[in-house]
Amino acid sequence: MNFWIAIGVTALGCYAVKLAGLLVPAGLLERPVVRRLAALLPVALLAALTAQQTFADGHALVLDARAAGLGAAAVALVLRAPFLAVVGVAVVVTAGLRAITG
Amino acid sequence: MAQQTAPADIRTEGGPKPDSAVVRDALGVGVAVGLSGFAFGVTSAGSGLGLLQTCAFSLLVFTGASQFALVGALAAGGNPLTAAAGAFFLGVRNAFYGLRLSQVLALPRAVRPFAAQWVIDETTAVTLAQPTRRAARIGFTVTGLSLYVLWNLTTFLGALGAKAVGDTGAWGLDAAGPAVFLALLAPMLKTTTDRAVAALAVLLGLGLLPVLPAGVPVLAAALAAPAALFVSGRRSGRGRTRDEAPEETR
Repeated sequence: MNFWIAIGVTALGCYAVKLAGLLVPAGLLERPVVRRLAALLPVALLAALTAQQTFADGHALVLDARAAGLGAAAVALVLRAPFLAVVGVAVVVTAGLRAITG
Repeated sequence: MAQQTAPADIRTEGGPKPDSAVVRDALGVGVAVGLSGFAFGVTSAGSGLGLLQTCAFSLLVFTGASQFALVGALAAGGNPLTAAAGAFFLGVRNAFYGLRLSQVLALPRAVRPFAAQWVIDETTAVTLAQPTRRAARIGFTVTGLSLYVLWNLTTFLGALGAKAVGDTGAWGLDAAGPAVFLALLAPMLKTTTDRAVAALAVLLGLGLLPVLPAGVPVLAAALAAPAALFVSGRRSGRGRTRDEAPEETR
């Protein structure tokens, strides 16, 4: 049930902001501060999420195979690999390391 | 009407771009990213969401970063509203994409509620890269359609496959989520401010993890954005940062 609530709220919220962008008069969102904030907000969220989903295990911080996978993804990004390859490399390296270390 | 002022950043390589070239570009992005719905389906099912929930999620939310974020937060035992808040804030950027797109596409009002669901990172990138309005409309439609269809199809297959796969960790699939985030984040890190915000957010997100309820540290990390704005605003006095993104410092 909780999952459905979360899905419903997220779906409504995300659709509303998408539609708002298409409907709202340009002037309202064109204020420099608002635009800067909108550009920086995803940077902060994505950075925090990347770090957490790599190093978090519940409430504890751990260093495991995911870190190696993410490192490989970072290398792939530097080499300008396509999106799918970046994700693929992370998965393969993580799985490989787990297979080796047991 | 604002005649095509928006895509000034795009080189118009002499003459109109043929429709087939636009379709090819759009399909390239739509197919590549659409296939990564598989990773979402597996991650979501592996996090304990049912098949129906996973599919409803891709159909209704359809913005990858928010989907991965919500699933991750729920799997970590976060409160559903806190989890939804994190996913929502990630989706806010789509409003600003919509703003640019509505200028470029000039959609009739009646069409906008239907087009809205496709306003995401990838469709925006393809659309804004087109030299003409016709090409922009084709690019938006083809990217949106191919991505929506494939993303939902692969979500379904991924969720089904997760059951067969069993322990998703053994297959390294728990690394897919953070890799997706990193791939989305990388092109956003253009200026010193961007990097400072990212670094501060990582510190906040990890530092607060042991002490705050699940899902809350990410929201706290989002405060890095206004904090950086405040500091950079103070530093440049009342100076206006002219046109922020492209070339500040590098």
